Amino acid sequence: MTSTPLEALAVPTDSIGLVSPQTVLIEKPLTLACGAVLPSHQLVFETYGTLNSDRSNAILICHALSGDHHAAGFHEGASKPGWWNHYIGPGKAMDSDRFFIVSVNNIGSCFGSTGPTSINPKTGEAWGADFPSLRARDWVESQKLLMDHLDIRCWAAVIGGSLGGMQAMRWSLEYPDKLLNAVVIASSMKLSAQNIAFNEIARRAIKSDPDFCDGNYLQEGKAPLHGLALARMIGHVTYLSDEVLGKKFGRELASGDFIDGTGDPVEFEVESYLNYQGDKFSNAFDANSYILITKMLDYFDLAREYNNSPAEAFAHANCKFLLISFSSDWRFSPQRSQEITDALVKAGKNVSYVAIDSNQGHDSFLLPNSRYQAALGGYLSLVADKLESSQ
Amino acid sequence: MNQNFSFISDWIKPGSRLLDLGCGDGALLADLTKNHSIRGYGLEIDPQSIEDCIARGVNVIEQDLNNSLDNFADQSFDTVIMTQALQAMRHPHLVLDEMLRIGNECIVTFPNFGSWRTRAYLAFRGRMPVTKQLAYEWYDTPNIHFFTYSDFEALCRERNINVLHRKFIAEQFPDNLLKSLWPNLFTETAVYHLSR
Repeated sequence: MTSTPLEALAVPTDSIGLVSPQTVLIEKPLTLACGAVLPSHQLVFETYGTLNSDRSNAILICHALSGDHHAAGFHEGASKPGWWNHYIGPGKAMDSDRFFIVSVNNIGSCFGSTGPTSINPKTGEAWGADFPSLRARDWVESQKLLMDHLDIRCWAAVIGGSLGGMQAMRWSLEYPDKLLNAVVIASSMKLSAQNIAFNEIARRAIKSDPDFCDGNYLQEGKAPLHGLALARMIGHVTYLSDEVLGKKFGRELASGDFIDGTGDPVEFEVESYLNYQGDKFSNAFDANSYILITKMLDYFDLAREYNNSPAEAFAHANCKFLLISFSSDWRFSPQRSQEITDALVKAGKNVSYVAIDSNQGHDSFLLPNSRYQAALGGYLSLVADKLESSQ
Repeated sequence: MNQNFSFISDWIKPGSRLLDLGCGDGALLADLTKNHSIRGYGLEIDPQSIEDCIARGVNVIEQDLNNSLDNFADQSFDTVIMTQALQAMRHPHLVLDEMLRIGNECIVTFPNFGSWRTRAYLAFRGRMPVTKQLAYEWYDTPNIHFFTYSDFEALCRERNINVLHRKFIAEQFPDNLLKSLWPNLFTETAVYHLSR
Protein backbone atom coordinates (compact mmCIF):
# COMPACT_ATOMS: atom_id res chain seq x y z
CA MET A 1 0.00 0.00 0.00
CA THR A 2 1.30 3.43 -0.89
CA SER A 3 0.69 6.44 1.24
CA THR A 4 -0.11 9.89 -0.08
CA PRO A 5 2.45 12.51 0.87
CA LEU A 6 1.05 15.27 3.06
CA GLU A 7 2.14 17.95 0.61
CA ALA A 8 0.09 16.35 -2.15
CA LEU A 9 -3.01 16.42 0.04
CA ALA A 10 -2.66 20.17 0.41
CA VAL A 11 -2.72 20.72 -3.35
CA PRO A 12 -6.19 21.83 -4.49
CA THR A 13 -7.75 19.18 -6.70
CA ASP A 14 -8.77 21.61 -9.44
CA SER A 15 -5.14 22.38 -10.32
CA ILE A 16 -2.65 20.47 -12.43
CA GLY A 17 -1.11 19.44 -9.11
CA LEU A 18 2.59 19.24 -8.38
CA VAL A 19 4.83 20.51 -11.13
CA SER A 20 8.56 20.99 -11.47
CA PRO A 21 10.61 23.06 -13.89
CA GLN A 22 13.00 21.75 -16.52
CA THR A 23 16.18 23.36 -17.76
CA VAL A 24 17.64 23.29 -21.24
CA LEU A 25 20.90 24.71 -22.54
CA ILE A 26 20.29 26.06 -26.04
CA GLU A 27 23.68 25.72 -27.71
CA LYS A 28 22.76 27.42 -30.95
CA PRO A 29 24.02 31.03 -30.97
CA LEU A 30 21.27 33.62 -30.62
CA THR A 31 21.85 36.92 -32.40
CA LEU A 32 19.90 39.62 -30.59
CA ALA A 33 18.18 42.59 -32.19
CA CYS A 34 20.91 44.88 -30.78
CA GLY A 35 23.57 42.88 -32.66
CA ALA A 36 25.06 41.12 -29.64
CA VAL A 37 25.29 37.34 -29.78
CA LEU A 38 24.57 34.93 -26.97
CA PRO A 39 26.73 31.90 -27.96
CA SER A 40 24.44 29.73 -25.87
CA HIS A 41 21.68 30.37 -23.38
CA GLN A 42 19.81 28.52 -20.69
CA LEU A 43 16.02 28.37 -20.53
CA VAL A 44 13.93 27.21 -17.60
CA PHE A 45 10.43 26.05 -18.49
CA GLU A 46 7.46 24.02 -17.32
CA THR A 47 5.01 21.95 -19.31
CA TYR A 48 1.47 20.94 -18.44
CA GLY A 49 -0.48 18.21 -20.22
CA THR A 50 0.66 15.74 -22.87
CA LEU A 51 1.91 16.32 -26.38
CA ASN A 52 -0.28 14.38 -28.83
CA SER A 53 1.11 11.92 -31.36
CA ASP A 54 1.33 14.42 -34.23
CA ARG A 55 2.76 17.09 -31.87
CA SER A 56 0.07 19.58 -32.85
CA ASN A 57 -1.58 20.46 -29.53
CA ALA A 58 1.13 22.66 -28.01
CA ILE A 59 0.38 26.08 -26.56
CA LEU A 60 3.10 28.60 -25.76
CA ILE A 61 2.53 30.83 -22.74
CA CYS A 62 4.34 34.19 -22.87
CA HIS A 63 4.89 35.88 -19.54
CA ALA A 64 4.90 39.60 -18.84
CA LEU A 65 7.33 41.94 -17.06
CA SER A 66 7.70 40.13 -13.76
CA GLY A 67 6.45 36.69 -14.75
CA ASP A 68 8.27 33.41 -14.80
CA HIS A 69 7.94 29.86 -16.09
CA HIS A 70 5.77 28.75 -13.17
CA ALA A 71 2.33 29.49 -14.61
CA ALA A 72 0.22 26.68 -13.14
CA GLY A 73 0.11 24.04 -10.43
CA PHE A 74 2.23 23.92 -7.30
CA HIS A 75 5.90 23.47 -6.63
CA GLU A 76 6.77 20.95 -3.94
CA GLY A 77 5.91 22.41 -0.55
CA ALA A 78 4.59 25.68 -1.98
CA SER A 79 1.29 27.13 -0.76
CA LYS A 80 0.79 29.44 -3.76
CA PRO A 81 0.18 28.14 -7.29
CA GLY A 82 1.65 29.47 -10.55
CA TRP A 83 0.68 32.96 -11.74
CA TRP A 84 -1.94 31.88 -14.32
CA ASN A 85 -3.35 28.96 -12.33
CA HIS A 86 -6.91 30.31 -12.65
CA TYR A 87 -6.79 29.67 -16.37
CA ILE A 88 -4.35 26.77 -16.87
CA GLY A 89 -5.15 23.28 -15.66
CA PRO A 90 -7.42 20.29 -16.19
CA GLY A 91 -10.79 21.47 -17.52
CA LYS A 92 -9.74 25.12 -17.35
CA ALA A 93 -9.73 27.66 -20.19
CA MET A 94 -6.24 26.52 -21.17
CA ASP A 95 -7.08 22.87 -20.68
CA SER A 96 -4.13 20.66 -19.79
CA ASP A 97 -6.31 17.61 -20.55
CA ARG A 98 -6.40 18.67 -24.21
CA PHE A 99 -3.30 20.80 -24.76
CA PHE A 100 0.41 20.48 -24.11
CA ILE A 101 1.16 23.83 -22.50
CA VAL A 102 4.71 25.22 -22.51
CA SER A 103 5.60 28.08 -20.17
CA VAL A 104 9.13 29.47 -20.37
CA ASN A 105 11.08 31.97 -18.33
CA ASN A 106 12.52 34.34 -20.91
CA ILE A 107 16.10 35.53 -21.27
CA GLY A 108 16.95 38.69 -19.37
CA SER A 109 14.63 37.67 -16.56
CA CYS A 110 15.89 36.24 -13.29
CA PHE A 111 14.29 32.89 -12.57
CA GLY A 112 16.94 30.58 -13.98
CA SER A 113 17.04 31.50 -17.65
CA THR A 114 20.11 33.38 -18.88
CA GLY A 115 19.96 36.98 -17.69
CA PRO A 116 21.82 39.70 -15.81
CA THR A 117 22.43 37.43 -12.81
CA SER A 118 24.01 34.73 -15.01
CA ILE A 119 27.75 34.49 -15.53
CA ASN A 120 29.10 36.27 -18.58
CA PRO A 121 31.45 33.67 -20.10
CA LYS A 122 33.81 36.42 -21.30
CA THR A 123 34.43 37.90 -17.85
CA GLY A 124 33.61 35.02 -15.55
CA GLU A 125 31.44 37.40 -13.53
CA ALA A 126 27.72 38.13 -13.50
CA TRP A 127 26.52 40.11 -16.51
CA GLY A 128 24.83 42.69 -14.30
CA ALA A 129 24.18 45.96 -16.11
CA ASP A 130 26.25 44.74 -19.09
CA PHE A 131 23.62 42.23 -20.21
CA PRO A 132 22.74 43.18 -23.80
CA SER A 133 19.60 45.21 -24.32
CA LEU A 134 16.63 43.13 -25.42
CA ARG A 135 13.60 43.46 -27.65
CA ALA A 136 10.38 41.43 -27.55
CA ARG A 137 11.52 39.74 -30.78
CA ASP A 138 14.57 38.37 -28.93
CA TRP A 139 12.21 36.55 -26.61
CA VAL A 140 10.34 35.23 -29.65
CA GLU A 141 13.63 34.02 -31.22
CA SER A 142 14.66 32.29 -28.01
CA GLN A 143 11.18 30.71 -27.70
CA LYS A 144 11.56 29.51 -31.30
CA LEU A 145 14.78 27.71 -30.31
CA LEU A 146 12.91 26.05 -27.43
CA MET A 147 10.17 25.08 -29.91
CA ASP A 148 12.81 23.38 -32.09
CA HIS A 149 14.29 21.67 -29.03
CA LEU A 150 10.84 20.27 -28.15
CA ASP A 151 10.35 19.25 -31.81
CA ILE A 152 7.11 21.23 -32.11
CA ARG A 153 6.47 22.33 -35.69
CA CYS A 154 3.47 24.62 -35.11
CA TRP A 155 1.92 26.05 -31.96
CA ALA A 156 -1.84 25.49 -31.68
CA ALA A 157 -1.78 28.88 -29.95
CA VAL A 158 0.61 31.46 -28.58
CA ILE A 159 -1.00 33.21 -25.61
CA GLY A 160 0.00 36.11 -23.42
CA GLY A 161 -1.22 39.08 -21.41
CA SER A 162 0.38 42.55 -21.40
CA LEU A 163 4.01 42.12 -22.60
CA GLY A 164 3.00 38.50 -23.23
CA GLY A 165 0.44 39.68 -25.79
CA MET A 166 3.17 41.67 -27.52
CA GLN A 167 5.19 38.46 -27.95
CA ALA A 168 2.13 36.67 -29.34
CA MET A 169 1.66 39.45 -31.92
CA ARG A 170 5.37 39.42 -32.79
CA TRP A 171 5.20 35.62 -33.27
CA SER A 172 2.37 36.12 -35.77
CA LEU A 173 4.57 38.43 -37.88
CA GLU A 174 7.96 36.73 -37.50
CA TYR A 175 6.79 33.13 -37.86
CA PRO A 176 3.37 33.33 -39.54
CA ASP A 177 3.33 29.61 -40.32
CA LYS A 178 4.40 28.48 -36.87
CA LEU A 179 1.19 29.27 -35.00
CA LEU A 180 -2.51 28.74 -35.70
CA ASN A 181 -3.84 31.20 -33.12
CA ALA A 182 -2.59 34.23 -31.23
CA VAL A 183 -4.41 35.20 -28.04
CA VAL A 184 -3.55 38.78 -27.07
CA ILE A 185 -4.85 39.85 -23.67
CA ALA A 186 -4.72 43.36 -22.12
CA SER A 187 -1.97 44.34 -24.52
CA SER A 188 -0.98 47.06 -26.97
CA MET A 189 0.92 47.58 -30.23
CA LYS A 190 3.10 50.15 -28.44
CA LEU A 191 3.35 51.86 -25.10
CA SER A 192 1.83 55.28 -24.55
CA ALA A 193 3.94 58.19 -23.29
CA GLN A 194 2.22 57.78 -19.91
CA ASN A 195 3.28 54.12 -19.79
CA ILE A 196 6.89 54.98 -20.64
CA ALA A 197 6.76 57.70 -17.98
CA PHE A 198 5.76 55.21 -15.27
CA ASN A 199 8.54 52.86 -16.39
CA GLU A 200 11.12 55.65 -16.24
CA ILE A 201 10.03 56.61 -12.70
CA ALA A 202 10.50 52.96 -11.74
CA ARG A 203 13.96 52.79 -13.33
CA ARG A 204 15.05 56.02 -11.67
CA ALA A 205 13.85 54.71 -8.31
CA ILE A 206 16.15 51.70 -8.76
CA LYS A 207 19.13 53.73 -10.00
CA SER A 208 18.76 56.20 -7.13
CA ASP A 209 19.38 53.49 -4.56
CA PRO A 210 23.02 53.84 -3.35
CA ASP A 211 23.25 50.04 -3.36
CA PHE A 212 22.61 49.99 -7.12
CA CYS A 213 26.33 50.70 -7.73
CA ASP A 214 25.75 51.55 -11.41
CA GLY A 215 24.24 48.11 -11.86
CA ASN A 216 27.26 46.24 -10.49
CA TYR A 217 25.68 45.51 -7.12
CA LEU A 218 26.24 41.75 -7.40
CA GLN A 219 30.01 42.23 -7.65
CA GLU A 220 29.82 44.56 -4.64
CA GLY A 221 27.78 42.04 -2.67
CA LYS A 222 24.87 44.46 -2.44
CA ALA A 223 21.32 44.77 -3.79
CA PRO A 224 19.19 47.89 -4.40
CA LEU A 225 16.27 46.42 -2.46
CA HIS A 226 14.85 49.79 -1.48
CA GLY A 227 14.88 51.18 -5.04
CA LEU A 228 13.43 48.03 -6.54
CA ALA A 229 10.68 47.94 -3.90
CA LEU A 230 9.80 51.54 -4.74
CA ALA A 231 9.77 50.71 -8.47
CA ARG A 232 7.40 47.83 -7.84
CA MET A 233 5.12 49.94 -5.61
CA ILE A 234 4.73 52.47 -8.44
CA GLY A 235 4.04 49.73 -10.95
CA HIS A 236 1.70 47.86 -8.67
CA VAL A 237 -0.57 50.87 -8.14
CA THR A 238 -0.84 51.36 -11.90
CA TYR A 239 -1.87 47.72 -12.41
CA LEU A 240 -4.87 48.18 -10.11
CA SER A 241 -7.86 50.48 -10.41
CA ASP A 242 -8.89 53.26 -8.06
CA GLU A 243 -12.09 51.32 -7.41
CA VAL A 244 -10.43 48.07 -6.44
CA LEU A 245 -7.93 49.79 -4.13
CA GLY A 246 -10.84 51.62 -2.52
CA LYS A 247 -12.82 48.42 -2.09
CA LYS A 248 -9.86 46.47 -0.77
CA PHE A 249 -8.45 49.04 1.64
CA GLY A 250 -10.61 52.14 1.80
CA ARG A 251 -9.11 54.42 4.45
CA GLU A 252 -8.73 51.68 7.02
CA LEU A 253 -5.76 52.02 9.33
CA ALA A 254 -3.15 49.31 9.83
CA SER A 255 -1.82 51.02 12.95
CA GLY A 256 -2.24 54.16 15.05
CA ASP A 257 -5.34 56.31 15.09
CA PHE A 258 -6.33 59.87 14.31
CA ILE A 259 -6.65 60.97 17.94
CA ASP A 260 -3.84 63.39 18.81
CA GLY A 261 -1.29 62.39 21.34
CA THR A 262 -1.46 58.64 21.06
CA GLY A 263 2.13 58.59 19.88
CA ASP A 264 1.56 55.83 17.32
CA PRO A 265 2.24 56.89 13.74
CA VAL A 266 -0.79 56.49 11.52
CA GLU A 267 -0.41 53.91 8.77
CA PHE A 268 -3.18 53.22 6.28
CA GLU A 269 -3.86 49.64 5.22
CA VAL A 270 -3.00 50.53 1.64
CA GLU A 271 0.45 51.76 2.72
CA SER A 272 1.09 48.58 4.63
CA TYR A 273 -0.05 46.49 1.65
CA LEU A 274 2.08 48.37 -0.87
CA ASN A 275 5.17 48.27 1.32
CA TYR A 276 4.71 44.55 1.81
CA GLN A 277 4.29 44.00 -1.94
CA GLY A 278 7.34 46.13 -2.71
CA ASP A 279 9.57 44.33 -0.22
CA LYS A 280 8.36 40.90 -1.28
CA PHE A 281 9.11 41.73 -4.90
CA SER A 282 12.54 43.26 -4.32
CA ASN A 283 13.66 40.10 -2.56
CA ALA A 284 12.50 37.92 -5.45
CA PHE A 285 13.41 39.95 -8.56
CA ASP A 286 16.62 41.35 -9.98
CA ALA A 287 16.93 45.12 -10.43
CA ASN A 288 18.90 44.89 -13.69
CA SER A 289 16.25 42.55 -15.09
CA TYR A 290 13.58 45.07 -14.15
CA ILE A 291 15.40 47.86 -15.99
CA LEU A 292 16.09 45.61 -18.99
CA ILE A 293 12.50 44.40 -19.37
CA THR A 294 10.83 47.78 -18.79
CA LYS A 295 13.10 49.12 -21.56
CA MET A 296 11.97 46.23 -23.77
CA LEU A 297 8.37 47.30 -23.15
CA ASP A 298 9.17 50.93 -23.98
CA TYR A 299 10.91 50.04 -27.25
CA PHE A 300 8.17 47.69 -28.46
CA ASP A 301 6.47 49.13 -31.54
CA LEU A 302 4.77 46.46 -33.59
CA ALA A 303 4.32 48.47 -36.77
CA ARG A 304 7.45 50.62 -36.79
CA GLU A 305 9.23 48.55 -39.43
CA TYR A 306 6.03 48.29 -41.49
CA ASN A 307 5.79 52.00 -42.35
CA ASN A 308 4.09 52.53 -39.00
CA SER A 309 1.00 50.90 -40.45
CA PRO A 310 -0.50 48.26 -38.15
CA ALA A 311 -2.64 46.89 -41.00
CA GLU A 312 0.45 46.54 -43.18
CA ALA A 313 2.18 44.72 -40.31
CA PHE A 314 -0.70 42.30 -39.77
CA ALA A 315 -0.91 41.63 -43.50
CA HIS A 316 2.05 39.28 -42.81
CA ALA A 317 0.11 37.22 -40.25
CA ASN A 318 -1.62 33.95 -41.11
CA CYS A 319 -3.07 32.92 -37.75
CA LYS A 320 -6.40 33.68 -36.17
CA PHE A 321 -6.57 36.18 -33.32
CA LEU A 322 -8.50 36.52 -30.10
CA LEU A 323 -8.26 39.90 -28.36
CA ILE A 324 -9.40 40.48 -24.78
CA SER A 325 -9.42 43.75 -22.81
CA PHE A 326 -10.67 44.87 -19.40
CA SER A 327 -12.68 48.04 -18.80
CA SER A 328 -10.75 49.34 -15.77
CA ASP A 329 -7.29 48.65 -17.24
CA TRP A 330 -5.72 52.09 -17.61
CA ARG A 331 -2.15 50.88 -18.38
CA PHE A 332 -3.30 48.88 -21.43
CA SER A 333 -6.75 50.31 -21.96
CA PRO A 334 -9.51 48.68 -24.06
CA GLN A 335 -8.82 51.33 -26.71
CA ARG A 336 -5.41 49.70 -27.34
CA SER A 337 -7.06 46.31 -27.96
CA GLN A 338 -9.65 47.98 -30.19
CA GLU A 339 -6.79 49.43 -32.28
CA ILE A 340 -5.27 45.98 -32.70
CA THR A 341 -8.68 44.60 -33.69
CA ASP A 342 -9.27 47.41 -36.19
CA ALA A 343 -5.86 46.81 -37.79
CA LEU A 344 -6.58 43.08 -38.08
CA VAL A 345 -9.98 43.75 -39.67
CA LYS A 346 -8.36 46.18 -42.08
CA ALA A 347 -5.78 43.52 -42.95
CA GLY A 348 -8.62 41.04 -43.51
CA LYS A 349 -7.49 38.64 -40.75
CA ASN A 350 -9.72 36.46 -38.62
CA VAL A 351 -10.22 38.18 -35.27
CA SER A 352 -12.61 38.19 -32.36
CA TYR A 353 -12.50 40.85 -29.67
CA VAL A 354 -14.06 40.62 -26.23
CA ALA A 355 -14.20 43.78 -24.08
CA ILE A 356 -14.76 42.55 -20.54
CA ASP A 357 -16.22 44.63 -17.76
CA SER A 358 -13.93 44.35 -14.75
CA ASN A 359 -12.97 46.62 -11.87
CA GLN A 360 -9.59 44.93 -11.26
CA GLY A 361 -7.42 47.09 -13.54
CA HIS A 362 -4.57 45.67 -15.63
CA ASP A 363 -4.22 42.73 -13.20
CA SER A 364 -7.65 41.50 -14.41
CA PHE A 365 -5.88 39.23 -16.87
CA LEU A 366 -4.59 37.15 -13.96
CA LEU A 367 -7.80 37.06 -11.91
CA PRO A 368 -10.96 34.93 -12.05
CA ASN A 369 -13.71 36.37 -14.26
CA SER A 370 -16.54 34.33 -15.72
CA ARG A 371 -16.72 36.15 -19.08
CA TYR A 372 -12.95 35.95 -19.51
CA GLN A 373 -13.08 32.24 -18.67
CA ALA A 374 -15.93 31.64 -21.13
CA ALA A 375 -14.36 33.60 -24.01
CA LEU A 376 -10.87 32.13 -23.70
CA GLY A 377 -12.19 28.65 -22.88
CA GLY A 378 -14.74 28.70 -25.70
CA TYR A 379 -12.17 29.88 -28.22
CA LEU A 380 -9.57 27.28 -27.25
CA SER A 381 -12.15 24.52 -27.00
CA LEU A 382 -12.92 25.02 -30.69
CA VAL A 383 -9.17 24.94 -31.43
CA ALA A 384 -8.91 21.63 -29.55
CA ASP A 385 -12.00 20.22 -31.32
CA LYS A 386 -10.41 20.89 -34.71
CA LEU A 387 -7.07 19.36 -33.68
CA GLU A 388 -8.72 16.26 -32.23
CA SER A 389 -10.97 15.71 -35.24
CA SER A 390 -7.99 15.85 -37.62
CA GLN A 391 -5.94 13.41 -35.55
CA MET B 1 -30.01 30.07 -42.13
CA ASN B 2 -33.71 30.52 -41.58
CA GLN B 3 -35.36 29.22 -44.77
CA ASN B 4 -37.28 32.49 -45.13
CA PHE B 5 -34.06 34.45 -45.53
CA SER B 6 -32.15 32.14 -47.85
CA PHE B 7 -32.65 34.61 -50.72
CA ILE B 8 -30.29 37.02 -48.93
CA SER B 9 -27.36 34.93 -50.13
CA ASP B 10 -28.36 35.71 -53.74
CA TRP B 11 -27.64 39.36 -52.98
CA ILE B 12 -24.16 38.65 -51.66
CA LYS B 13 -21.27 37.86 -53.98
CA PRO B 14 -19.28 34.76 -53.03
CA GLY B 15 -15.98 35.63 -51.41
CA SER B 16 -17.08 39.15 -50.52
CA ARG B 17 -16.30 41.03 -47.31
CA LEU B 18 -19.29 41.22 -45.04
CA LEU B 19 -19.97 43.13 -41.81
CA ASP B 20 -22.98 42.02 -39.74
CA LEU B 21 -24.17 44.72 -37.32
CA GLY B 22 -25.81 43.08 -34.32
CA CYS B 23 -24.86 39.58 -35.46
CA GLY B 24 -26.54 37.76 -32.56
CA ASP B 25 -25.34 34.17 -32.18
CA GLY B 26 -23.51 34.34 -35.52
CA ALA B 27 -25.75 31.82 -37.32
CA LEU B 28 -26.09 33.96 -40.47
CA LEU B 29 -22.35 34.64 -40.67
CA ALA B 30 -21.53 30.97 -40.06
CA ASP B 31 -23.91 29.93 -42.82
CA LEU B 32 -22.65 32.49 -45.34
CA THR B 33 -19.04 31.63 -44.51
CA LYS B 34 -19.63 27.92 -45.02
CA ASN B 35 -21.87 28.05 -48.08
CA HIS B 36 -20.91 31.33 -49.69
CA SER B 37 -17.21 31.69 -48.79
CA ILE B 38 -17.73 35.19 -47.45
CA ARG B 39 -15.13 36.75 -45.17
CA GLY B 40 -17.18 38.21 -42.39
CA TYR B 41 -17.16 39.95 -39.03
CA GLY B 42 -20.03 40.48 -36.64
CA LEU B 43 -20.49 43.29 -34.15
CA GLU B 44 -22.36 42.41 -30.97
CA ILE B 45 -22.63 43.54 -27.35
CA ASP B 46 -24.62 40.74 -25.74
CA PRO B 47 -22.14 38.55 -23.78
CA GLN B 48 -24.02 35.29 -24.40
CA SER B 49 -24.28 36.00 -28.14
CA ILE B 50 -20.56 36.78 -28.25
CA GLU B 51 -19.80 33.44 -26.55
CA ASP B 52 -22.05 31.68 -29.07
CA CYS B 53 -20.20 33.32 -31.98
CA ILE B 54 -16.83 32.30 -30.55
CA ALA B 55 -18.06 28.74 -30.05
CA ARG B 56 -19.08 28.64 -33.74
CA GLY B 57 -15.76 30.08 -34.87
CA VAL B 58 -17.38 33.25 -36.19
CA ASN B 59 -15.35 36.49 -36.04
CA VAL B 60 -17.15 38.62 -33.47
CA ILE B 61 -16.14 42.06 -32.25
CA GLU B 62 -17.59 43.53 -29.08
CA GLN B 63 -18.76 46.98 -30.12
CA ASP B 64 -21.87 49.03 -29.39
CA LEU B 65 -23.59 50.10 -32.62
CA ASN B 66 -25.04 53.14 -30.89
CA ASN B 67 -21.53 54.47 -30.45
CA SER B 68 -19.42 55.55 -33.40
CA LEU B 69 -18.60 53.16 -36.23
CA ASP B 70 -15.71 55.48 -37.15
CA ASN B 71 -13.21 52.65 -36.76
CA PHE B 72 -14.48 51.20 -40.04
CA ALA B 73 -13.12 52.90 -43.15
CA ASP B 74 -15.29 54.15 -46.03
CA GLN B 75 -16.26 51.38 -48.46
CA SER B 76 -14.15 48.83 -46.56
CA PHE B 77 -16.82 46.10 -46.92
CA ASP B 78 -18.78 44.81 -49.89
CA THR B 79 -21.93 44.40 -47.86
CA VAL B 80 -23.01 45.61 -44.43
CA ILE B 81 -25.97 43.72 -43.03
CA MET B 82 -28.31 44.38 -40.13
CA THR B 83 -31.08 41.95 -39.26
CA GLN B 84 -33.96 42.93 -36.97
CA ALA B 85 -31.99 45.59 -35.12
CA LEU B 86 -32.69 48.91 -36.88
CA GLN B 87 -35.73 49.50 -34.66
CA ALA B 88 -33.45 49.22 -31.61
CA MET B 89 -30.93 51.85 -32.75
CA ARG B 90 -30.89 55.27 -31.13
CA HIS B 91 -30.68 56.99 -34.54
CA PRO B 92 -31.73 54.52 -37.27
CA HIS B 93 -31.29 57.03 -40.11
CA LEU B 94 -27.70 57.77 -39.07
CA VAL B 95 -26.94 54.06 -38.73
CA LEU B 96 -28.23 53.57 -42.29
CA ASP B 97 -25.92 56.35 -43.46
CA GLU B 98 -23.01 54.66 -41.69
CA MET B 99 -23.86 51.28 -43.22
CA LEU B 100 -23.80 52.82 -46.70
CA ARG B 101 -20.55 54.64 -45.95
CA ILE B 102 -18.78 51.47 -44.73
CA GLY B 103 -20.30 49.10 -47.26
CA ASN B 104 -20.77 49.27 -50.98
CA GLU B 105 -24.24 47.82 -50.43
CA CYS B 106 -26.31 47.04 -47.40
CA ILE B 107 -29.05 44.66 -46.38
CA VAL B 108 -31.56 45.59 -43.69
CA THR B 109 -34.39 43.57 -42.23
CA PHE B 110 -36.97 44.97 -39.82
CA PRO B 111 -40.32 44.06 -38.32
CA ASN B 112 -43.09 45.86 -40.20
CA PHE B 113 -45.23 47.72 -37.67
CA GLY B 114 -47.83 48.30 -40.37
CA SER B 115 -48.84 44.64 -40.71
CA TRP B 116 -52.51 43.76 -40.21
CA ARG B 117 -51.60 41.90 -37.04
CA THR B 118 -50.10 44.88 -35.23
CA ARG B 119 -52.75 47.21 -36.65
CA ALA B 120 -55.50 44.94 -35.36
CA TYR B 121 -53.81 44.59 -31.99
CA LEU B 122 -53.69 48.35 -31.53
CA ALA B 123 -57.12 48.98 -33.08
CA PHE B 124 -59.09 46.39 -31.17
CA ARG B 125 -57.20 46.01 -27.92
CA GLY B 126 -56.13 49.64 -27.69
CA ARG B 127 -52.73 48.59 -26.42
CA MET B 128 -49.24 48.56 -27.92
CA PRO B 129 -48.84 45.36 -29.88
CA VAL B 130 -46.94 42.44 -28.41
CA THR B 131 -46.44 39.98 -31.25
CA LYS B 132 -44.03 37.23 -32.17
CA GLN B 133 -41.94 39.81 -34.08
CA LEU B 134 -42.18 42.45 -31.37
CA ALA B 135 -42.26 40.31 -28.28
CA TYR B 136 -41.79 42.95 -25.59
CA GLU B 137 -43.96 45.10 -23.36
CA TRP B 138 -43.72 48.81 -24.27
CA TYR B 139 -41.96 49.74 -21.01
CA ASP B 140 -39.22 47.16 -21.32
CA THR B 141 -38.23 46.72 -24.92
CA PRO B 142 -35.03 47.13 -26.91
CA ASN B 143 -37.24 48.27 -29.81
CA ILE B 144 -37.41 52.03 -29.42
CA HIS B 145 -38.53 52.98 -32.94
CA PHE B 146 -41.67 51.56 -34.51
CA PHE B 147 -41.98 52.10 -38.23
CA THR B 148 -43.74 50.57 -41.18
CA TYR B 149 -42.78 49.45 -44.64
CA SER B 150 -44.16 52.76 -45.98
CA ASP B 151 -42.18 54.79 -43.45
CA PHE B 152 -38.99 53.04 -44.53
CA GLU B 153 -39.72 53.60 -48.22
CA ALA B 154 -40.20 57.31 -47.47
CA LEU B 155 -36.91 57.45 -45.54
CA CYS B 156 -35.04 55.87 -48.47
CA ARG B 157 -36.52 58.46 -50.85
CA GLU B 158 -35.65 61.36 -48.52
CA ARG B 159 -32.07 60.20 -48.05
CA ASN B 160 -31.44 59.25 -51.68
CA ILE B 161 -30.97 55.58 -50.89
CA ASN B 162 -31.46 53.21 -53.84
CA VAL B 163 -33.56 50.15 -53.21
CA LEU B 164 -31.89 47.33 -55.19
CA HIS B 165 -34.28 44.64 -53.95
CA ARG B 166 -37.11 44.38 -51.47
CA LYS B 167 -38.68 41.22 -50.10
CA PHE B 168 -41.66 40.82 -47.80
CA ILE B 169 -42.04 37.95 -45.43
CA ALA B 170 -45.11 36.74 -43.61
CA GLU B 171 -45.38 33.26 -42.21
CA GLN B 172 -49.15 33.12 -42.69
CA PHE B 173 -49.02 34.33 -46.28
CA PRO B 174 -46.40 32.42 -48.19
CA ASP B 175 -48.43 33.23 -51.29
CA ASN B 176 -47.12 36.48 -52.72
CA LEU B 177 -50.40 37.91 -54.10
CA LEU B 178 -51.58 39.65 -50.93
CA LYS B 179 -48.08 40.83 -50.10
CA SER B 180 -47.57 42.31 -53.53
CA LEU B 181 -50.97 44.03 -53.51
CA TRP B 182 -50.77 45.40 -49.99
CA PRO B 183 -47.19 44.95 -48.76
CA ASN B 184 -47.60 47.21 -45.77
CA LEU B 185 -50.58 45.21 -44.55
CA PHE B 186 -49.36 41.68 -45.14
CA THR B 187 -45.65 41.93 -44.43
CA GLU B 188 -44.37 40.94 -41.01
CA THR B 189 -40.70 41.28 -41.82
CA ALA B 190 -39.34 43.52 -44.53
CA VAL B 191 -35.96 42.83 -46.14
CA TYR B 192 -34.20 45.54 -48.15
CA HIS B 193 -31.11 45.48 -50.30
CA LEU B 194 -29.80 49.05 -50.58
CA SER B 195 -27.06 51.12 -52.12
CA ARG B 196 -26.31 54.79 -52.54
